[in-house]
Amino acid sequence: MTAGTGNTVDVEGAAPGEPLPPEDETLNGGAGPSADPDAANPTKILVGLVGMVVVGWFVANASLSFAYYPEWFANSKILIGLVALAVGVGGAYFFFYFLNMLVEGLPGRLSRGLMPYAFLAPGYGLIALMLLYPAIQTINYSFANADATEYVGLDNYREVLGSDAFQSAILNNILWLIIVPAVTVLFGVIVAVLADKLSTTGEKASKSIIFLPMAISFVGASTIWLLVYQFDPANEDATGLLNAIWRGLGGDPQSWLQHSGVRLNSILMMVILIWLQVGFAMILLSSAIKGVPEDTLEAARIDGASELQIFFRVVIPQIKGTIITVFITVVILVLKVFDIVYVLTDGRDKTQVIANLFFAKLFRDSQSGQASAIVVILLIAVTPVLIYQVRHFRKEELGR
Amino acid sequence: MSDQTTAAADAMAAGSAGVDDTEPKRLRVRGIMADGRPRSLTAIITMTVLCVLWTVPTIGLLITSVRDRDSQAETGWWTALGTGGWTFDNYRGVFDRAEIGTALLNSVIVAIPATIIPIMFAAFAAYAFSFMDFRGKDILFITIVAVLVVPIQVAFQPLLNFFGPNGLGISGQFIAVWILHTGFGMPLAIYTLRNYMATLPKTVIESAKIDGATHFQTFWRLIVPMSVPVIAAFAILQYLWVWNDLLIAKLFLSTDNATVIVKLQGLLGAQGQGTELLPAGAFISMVLPMVVFFTLQRFFVRGLTSGAVKG
Repeated sequence: MTAGTGNTVDVEGAAPGEPLPPEDETLNGGAGPSADPDAANPTKILVGLVGMVVVGWFVANASLSFAYYPEWFANSKILIGLVALAVGVGGAYFFFYFLNMLVEGLPGRLSRGLMPYAFLAPGYGLIALMLLYPAIQTINYSFANADATEYVGLDNYREVLGSDAFQSAILNNILWLIIVPAVTVLFGVIVAVLADKLSTTGEKASKSIIFLPMAISFVGASTIWLLVYQFDPANEDATGLLNAIWRGLGGDPQSWLQHSGVRLNSILMMVILIWLQVGFAMILLSSAIKGVPEDTLEAARIDGASELQIFFRVVIPQIKGTIITVFITVVILVLKVFDIVYVLTDGRDKTQVIANLFFAKLFRDSQSGQASAIVVILLIAVTPVLIYQVRHFRKEELGR
Repeated sequence: MSDQTTAAADAMAAGSAGVDDTEPKRLRVRGIMADGRPRSLTAIITMTVLCVLWTVPTIGLLITSVRDRDSQAETGWWTALGTGGWTFDNYRGVFDRAEIGTALLNSVIVAIPATIIPIMFAAFAAYAFSFMDFRGKDILFITIVAVLVVPIQVAFQPLLNFFGPNGLGISGQFIAVWILHTGFGMPLAIYTLRNYMATLPKTVIESAKIDGATHFQTFWRLIVPMSVPVIAAFAILQYLWVWNDLLIAKLFLSTDNATVIVKLQGLLGAQGQGTELLPAGAFISMVLPMVVFFTLQRFFVRGLTSGAVKG
């Protein structure tokens, strides 16, 4: 950000219109500084257009050169990184600068009408290129064969929907969806409420501890919990904490992550995700709980309500919006859950989930058509969440 | 932990007068805290248990990482004080044998541009949504809200082709990952920044307009400085996401450019030789995000809770 703001000063220090390329000066003389602000300013239009093209060309080529000609940068990754940062931030700045100039140069009404779209265009362009175009292409692939050379109609869907692996994955995803968001929100609320009752120092310390896992990657967290779930045969000492406790209670050593009865292994992996996410839930819920007006609580107390009644009848209704937001966020996360399952079991022992099945189909089995069909099914599965999210957003907007 | 908490509370100097003196008596234990609120034993005990549950797995990893191969395999880490076997060889090994140094550098190179560049694009879009009126504004923003839910898996296959040898030929290089993270981070960036900017007073913009400032000037001189909290919050979120990402890094980076998370996943899959390096590797992969997270936690929490993520 600093680099960008630094640039601002430089560019705006030089008065607009001063550093013009020579070929534009004649044009400028021809049109003259227009007295009417609503009239078109061809100089600005031209400079803006040329500037945009030059910046775009430069950024695109610089970007490609990072990949094609690392020797230009002395084969140094660090140098490439630094140059890329400068090109990215500076490029974005100057692109917007010239875009802004171009639109300002248009006649008044047109300029005002186009400016918002000019501000939106680069961001939306990226979303279109990185998400919308690929999504359409994936839907297209889902009707094609394994190497996308021929259309096969609905064969992929038939194949995928009929396979045991997929049905097992769906069942697991539903389990994840039922358990993880609910438990995360529940723990989030408990922690938020109880931490609020601690001393200031206690609250800060305990919140930090519960928040900390948010910084840990899924792979890192899986490593941490792999140690907890470690299995050693009965003739050796337990090195996994869970087995140590289990043996202490008189049980036989268990290979927890292979234990598919009642989907125990899946549940143990859900524990990891919950452990990671409760901190996030707690932060949002805690701020919502602190935002509940004191006089509503006071009124309930005067009416003789118990603390539990106050919590369920006064606090919960007032933080409902936040609870839903947290819930949806975790639901979205759970639908895409991949890393934990991929590194711990890779879908063995009935732990398959959709995102991991997609990965396996695409890279292990080289079945790009079926992989695409799986993603399309995932896309359909998120649609209700999407609609709900949009509705929830609209409702919150009205309340703003 | 409980002792620590209470001691800390006792040590606290004069707090403000309490307002909660109507708390039910059953929660009262040993009088009241320094700030006048009643002490809750339920809260202290439950929170202590939760804090222990939340830290023990990580402590286990940390202790295991400084034990030698045999100790790791034969005894539990909680016996380490008695059984010994302490060593820093795993950390040395993870740098010498697993080349985690290069991977760390790669992670930094991936993360910094991928964190900063999306903000540039998103801030302009967020500005337009917050302070300009135009046709299709609602529907365009609803698109953002909708795209937030779309799983990034939909993009992989077409983009692998597009970036691959038959397309741009940049797959495997950092530039591919920077572009991907910029694109994938864009919806959340626009959404977060816009939600915050919408809370800024419109009058500021109006007066800037009267003073003859263009949108471009207003954006840089007023809105960006006022949006620093949310920019920081989003930057932390994006940084954590990029640093901790496995999928994109694994698919779009060559082995030379592999990030520390990809390296760690490789260590996890390794059988036999080298398994003792895993805890040390995992710990190294967590250090930087944890440091960033803790030093900037205040910004993060403020940004998250100030209407930024709340839909």
